[in-house]
Amino acid sequence: MAELSVKHLLGIKYLNESDIQLIFETADHFKEVINRSIKKVPSLRDITIANIFFENSTRTKLSFELAEKRLSADVINFSAGQSSVKKGETLIDTVNNILSMKVDMVVMRHPNPGAGIFLSKHVNASIVNAGDGAHEHPTQALLDSYSIREKLGDVAGKNVVIVGDILHSRVALSNIFALKLQGANVKVCGPKTLLPKYVESLGVGVETNLRKALNWCDVANMLRIQNERLDISYFPTTREYTQQFGVNKAFLDSLDKEIVIMHPGPINRGVEITSDVADSKQSIILNQVENGVAIRMAVIYLLASKIK
Amino acid sequence: MSQKVLLSSKEINIILHRLACQLLENHLDFENTVLIGIQPRGTFVADRLTKILKEEYGVKHINVGFLDITFYRDDFRRGDKTLAATETKIDFLVEGKKVVLIDDVLYTGRSIRAALTAIQSFGRPSEIELLTLIDRRFSRHLPIQPNYRGRQVDAINDEKVKVMWEENDGKDVIYLISN
Repeated sequence: MAELSVKHLLGIKYLNESDIQLIFETADHFKEVINRSIKKVPSLRDITIANIFFENSTRTKLSFELAEKRLSADVINFSAGQSSVKKGETLIDTVNNILSMKVDMVVMRHPNPGAGIFLSKHVNASIVNAGDGAHEHPTQALLDSYSIREKLGDVAGKNVVIVGDILHSRVALSNIFALKLQGANVKVCGPKTLLPKYVESLGVGVETNLRKALNWCDVANMLRIQNERLDISYFPTTREYTQQFGVNKAFLDSLDKEIVIMHPGPINRGVEITSDVADSKQSIILNQVENGVAIRMAVIYLLASKIK
Repeated sequence: MSQKVLLSSKEINIILHRLACQLLENHLDFENTVLIGIQPRGTFVADRLTKILKEEYGVKHINVGFLDITFYRDDFRRGDKTLAATETKIDFLVEGKKVVLIDDVLYTGRSIRAALTAIQSFGRPSEIELLTLIDRRFSRHLPIQPNYRGRQVDAINDEKVKVMWEENDGKDVIYLISN
């Protein structure tokens, strides 16, 4: 049987198309498992996984932890806030100390881009990137594509627009890589200040008019305005952002066709999308969350099978 | 490599009919019994038996499911290859039911061990039986024996028993392949 071409999941950039298909096919089986009354399989009972989060996370951390437990792995959790990192320990030392306790896999979120790649070169464990700064968030992109595939049957040939803060978003970058790899057409839409200068070199279109963008697309992925990353003013006020780039139900209903609404969460209700859009039948936001567990189970299962 | 025919299409058909009758004798109308074909190849046996029971012996309704055991296997990370899963399709509860696990070849018994664990994810069966088309003698790693067996075969370890089905491989035949 096919196996992943990589030992770590550091970013979508390092995957090929058959890796993505393999992850999706495996996730199909795990989705069936997590919908049973007993949602657990014993595959990884001799694997120990450390979830190391140097940055806040609720959804991703819970999703990873649940995926690991559903696979029967032993799980240890570590948050930077309560750790020796504050006492000046380096990343390699921190991780090597954890690995000395016989840990096989590390799931890491870190504010610095490339932290996972750096770590993979210095420690002997399988690394899963759960978000590194504004760089990549591969499992999110995989679950986004998986949700599109589930809703529309296929990703290839679909038009997807990513709306919002593209500049600071790891979700956007990973999504662009993943969608392009599967043959989707991608556009980004947002205030000019929040679009990277050379984003077109990734093979994506740029659109600053939201109505035009949404009339073009099959799927709109509405990103959150990450106030914590906005060090300077990229737009005058949140209210003005919402007027230009927010979607409400009336706007959605006035489009030429019925599009699918996605959001990686957490939602700022009333900013990127209003509540009636988030809760509408066109929204697959909660499907994304459910699929997140299946996708993470698939990724961990496939990577763990390479640990000898 | 040489291969010899272990069972022909006609012999397979006779054996399937006998197994169907044995199931019928013990389970009557199959009201409280479910058949579970073990993926990937036990499903063919389960489908054939169901067809015979329904069409030739007038059983009205039989619950048939397919069980994938990949995630329950004990050789995860022990081989070179990633273990690939197949579909599990059990759209009924096995709680309190009599379960008949069905596979094509019983060899080491490890698949059946995995299936015994896997089936518990769908409830607590009142009892579990095992039906296999081919039982390879003297090759068990675990104390597992079938309740219903098609044909017992003495095959040495580097020999392989290959079961082929018309719907999947073009014709019904069972080969003994030796290197």
